[in-house]
Amino acid sequence: MSRGFWAVARGVAWRNIHNFFTNPAMVIPALLFPLFFFIAFAGGLSRVDSIPGFDYAAGYTTFVYGFVLLQASMFGGIFTGFSVARDFESGFSRRLMLAASHRGGIVAGYWLSALVRALFTVALITVVALVAGLDLGGGAVDLLGLYTLAVLLNAAAMLFATGVAMRLRTMQAGPAMQMPMFLLLFLAPVWVPYDLLTGWVHAAASFNPITLVLESIRGFLEGDPTKVLPAFGVALLLVAVTVLWARGGLRSAERVA
Amino acid sequence: MKSDLFLQVGMLARRSVVRTLRQPAMVVPSIVFPLMLLSINSSGLDSTTQIPGFPTNSYFEFALAIAFVQGALFSANSAGTNVANDIESGFLNRLSLTPLRRIALMMGQLSGILALGLIQALTFLGVGVLFGAGIEAGVAGAAVIVLLSLTISLAFGCIGAFVALRTGTGEAVQGVFPLFFAALFLSSMALPRDLIEIGWFQTVATYNPVSYMLEGIRSLVITGWDGEALALGFACAGGLALVALAAASSALRTRMVRT
Repeated sequence: MSRGFWAVARGVAWRNIHNFFTNPAMVIPALLFPLFFFIAFAGGLSRVDSIPGFDYAAGYTTFVYGFVLLQASMFGGIFTGFSVARDFESGFSRRLMLAASHRGGIVAGYWLSALVRALFTVALITVVALVAGLDLGGGAVDLLGLYTLAVLLNAAAMLFATGVAMRLRTMQAGPAMQMPMFLLLFLAPVWVPYDLLTGWVHAAASFNPITLVLESIRGFLEGDPTKVLPAFGVALLLVAVTVLWARGGLRSAERVA
Repeated sequence: MKSDLFLQVGMLARRSVVRTLRQPAMVVPSIVFPLMLLSINSSGLDSTTQIPGFPTNSYFEFALAIAFVQGALFSANSAGTNVANDIESGFLNRLSLTPLRRIALMMGQLSGILALGLIQALTFLGVGVLFGAGIEAGVAGAAVIVLLSLTISLAFGCIGAFVALRTGTGEAVQGVFPLFFAALFLSSMALPRDLIEIGWFQTVATYNPVSYMLEGIRSLVITGWDGEALALGFACAGGLALVALAAASSALRTRMVRT
């Protein structure tokens, strides 16, 4: 990678991270939504662990934490896509395209800022979860696997949203970024294990790649890694596909700029 | 004098209803999102009906009430955004130069929300019945569900209007939206209150008026006619509507004076 690439990436990342931490309208929703989900479902549905067939030894709080970790990581990426769209609306991106010596660095910069946003949210949720009784059964290697999966999914979500934002170049593209991720996340075994799902969501979860990732994350949390290779395979495949998608978006934006 | 008031209310109500219904971006998500969550949650959480003491063997019937309250939360957003647009575009400034009465302005603005609330309630009810939710209280119960749902929409709509009038910006309304969702999440949304295991959560849900709004609708779907649940549901929704309406009227008076 050239020095120009990293210089652009650093500049874009710094600007976005600065905007994020100095704008309550960005920080608050990014924190509140995963936090609400965690509190509402770990608290409100804690009785679910008494359902016959619920066999997750680490308990319901840990079970829900696995989902909220993934949600926070992926939505950290999606919210960065919103920032990309906002930069196009304000005209900043056009100027950036003209000035950047290596335009790939622009996407890398947005990715770095998505990573920082997600890490900030995940750190806060982890603290709240630990206070609420999160039971981390896994060792250091399990935690490394757990957070690596979260980082890969954060990258995939951010690259997808950036691809959409660079093609449509308007904030109105928000639902087009959010909705597919929302469906992928919620059509997985969110509140109960896969075997306890019923109806059409059970069928959808069996085809959903996020099911593998979520089950693997919960395995790492419990200290009983499961489906590790397929989960990493799916995560890396998603990153590879979304890299191509984002690159196509960048080309589309370059043509217009 | 009285006919003037009706004329003013009628004209503003027409504008408010037409404006709300002409914005698919406001109407469609407020119906599609609650239905989507209903579908996903009722399938994903159906096994929770095996918890001893769960009031029904269909989570779909239990979760149907959530759609009504969630729809009402979107109404708050719509009401607030519409009022904020009127402030930001200067429409309210121009109105303040006319002999329009404040009560007419407030009632007119809220009519759009009631129209949206009615569409939501009828849709949720229709989808519920279509997918097998038996309304235990019968046809009259269904009418009461619509009435309670409208009262809830009015309550949250007034809160949205209050925030918009107080701050004058649509951004502030959007900023308050997550708090409405917090109120829904920290209620008896997912499980009946007596089955919530975590003590502090059960306490919060017990003090949260949204729990009683949900339980009012839920009682008509699952139990039949339950006077206590209905009285609490209407008292919470109606009480909140009155307080929020008074606050919004006061904020409107202040804003008109400033104008």
